[in-house]
Amino acid sequence: MTSTTASTRWRLKEPSIIPGFGLTLGFSLAYLGLIILIPLAGLIFRASSLSASEFLSILTDERTLAALKISFGTALIAALINVVFGVLICWVLVRYDFPGRRLIDAMVDLPFALPTAVAGIALSALYAPKGWIGAWFTPFDIRIAYTPIGITIALIFIGLPFVVRTVQPVMEEIDREVEEAAATLGANRFQTVFKVLLPSLLPAIMTGFALAFARGVGEYGSVVFIAGNIPYVSEIAPLLIVIRLEEFNYAGATAIATIMLVISFAMLLIINLIQSWSRGRYGHG
Amino acid sequence: MADRGTRFVNPVDERTGTKIVLTSIGGLYLAFFLFLPLVAVFIEAFRKGAASYWEALVEPDAAAAIRLTLLVAAIAVPLNLVFGVAAAWAIAKFEFKGKAFLITLIDLPFSISPVISGLVYVLLFGSHSVLGPILKSYGIEILFAVPGIVLATVFVTFPFVARELIPLMQDQGSGDEEAALSLGASGWQTFWYVTLPNIKWGLLYGVLLCNARAMGEFGAVSVVSGHIRGLTNTMPLHVEILYNEYNMAAAFAVASLLAALALVTLALKTLLEIRFGAGNAGGRH
Repeated sequence: MTSTTASTRWRLKEPSIIPGFGLTLGFSLAYLGLIILIPLAGLIFRASSLSASEFLSILTDERTLAALKISFGTALIAALINVVFGVLICWVLVRYDFPGRRLIDAMVDLPFALPTAVAGIALSALYAPKGWIGAWFTPFDIRIAYTPIGITIALIFIGLPFVVRTVQPVMEEIDREVEEAAATLGANRFQTVFKVLLPSLLPAIMTGFALAFARGVGEYGSVVFIAGNIPYVSEIAPLLIVIRLEEFNYAGATAIATIMLVISFAMLLIINLIQSWSRGRYGHG
Repeated sequence: MADRGTRFVNPVDERTGTKIVLTSIGGLYLAFFLFLPLVAVFIEAFRKGAASYWEALVEPDAAAAIRLTLLVAAIAVPLNLVFGVAAAWAIAKFEFKGKAFLITLIDLPFSISPVISGLVYVLLFGSHSVLGPILKSYGIEILFAVPGIVLATVFVTFPFVARELIPLMQDQGSGDEEAALSLGASGWQTFWYVTLPNIKWGLLYGVLLCNARAMGEFGAVSVVSGHIRGLTNTMPLHVEILYNEYNMAAAFAVASLLAALALVTLALKTLLEIRFGAGNAGGRH
């Protein structure tokens, strides 16, 4: 904030000759309030009308705990797998030149553009016991669909672009001189990549991981078809919310939704902290 | 190039063998997790031939679902477009207190599970809520009707346009607008003739992503729609119903339309990025 003006009077807005501040900010706030904030406040209000013991008994219900564990567990594994392969794909896309690179680069965004229900039925067609890929595993008595493995595969699909698109721009900006310096000082290629380059990418990798993880925890459409939705085995938390709603158990749905919201806001906060920390340290987000 | 006998190894590059291995791993990962599901959609869609494919798309319930999806997108996208432009104008052209917080709030829907996005409207407008019965007594139905579907879609696609325009307009600064204003242009003239031409490609990019998500949204819409065939079923919901009825060919036929939409979106998006450098990638959506 500029404090060159003599008066240190608090003001909402710095002076400007550009018109429309009141109109655009007013409209934005009103729309934000109507569409996002009031409905969310309604959820919080509903949750706060539950007594603490009611809230706890819903959350410590075995089925709720199992669903939360499955959601967070599969999202964690999928995000970790995506971090490893996502960074590798970034490296290939940024550093190497090969025919079809542009096409593959564009393909990475497919999970952003493909409706989740479409991804869901396609994945279950592939991994069902009689599906294209599932059939190979059936003789070995390995089931992919209708187990947490299937959920993880769906979340890998959904989460990949978050990692790639977060890490890629930062990787593109790496100064080649850093690598040259490392090589001059006697580091071999392996050491240069793992001790010099990857640490500077760590904030971006962590952000990508957190985004993929947060999306995975809340994901619904691509998971419900492949999950089989067996309580205690492959029932995810968002689905349990839907089930509670269909039972008209609004208290149950609200309590599960609230705990998921709290956790995703905590994730959002962590992402912002990582980004502001890395801006201070590396000069990029 | 390497001399015969002494092999030159570039110290800041990988050996060709390593490159081939890394590229293959990345390529296989993408082929397996992204490309294969996409191919599966189209192959499954045409499994019973072109005639039954066509039939699945023109039967009345499918046609109604397609019409509803187009209607919902036609309402939700312009609303979020107007909001996105207004919010970006306020945020990019002015300095005011609480700006960073406002940006965080705009991003909020990205970190909320789609199921919860639907749930908040069920709690707000459901038959047990305060608002629901009042509106119903005036003959206004929100839940399990088109307005609820539109609201849920607006919620989940809320940040897309704003997210695209804010960084773009911040980069462009206010110099052009200040010049126009000092030469006597009115506020609206400045916006139409100066700002809009500057941001049109970024705007198109945001609208494209917003539209793809609006037409493909599943979780949020599923919670509020009530799944009334021919009335409140959007295309993704229609896909789900057909799939659960084991009408696979028809489910994949409708899904293939959505997949085609995703491919067109990706193609246009890539084109915009190549031609105009729109969209500065960085883990969003």
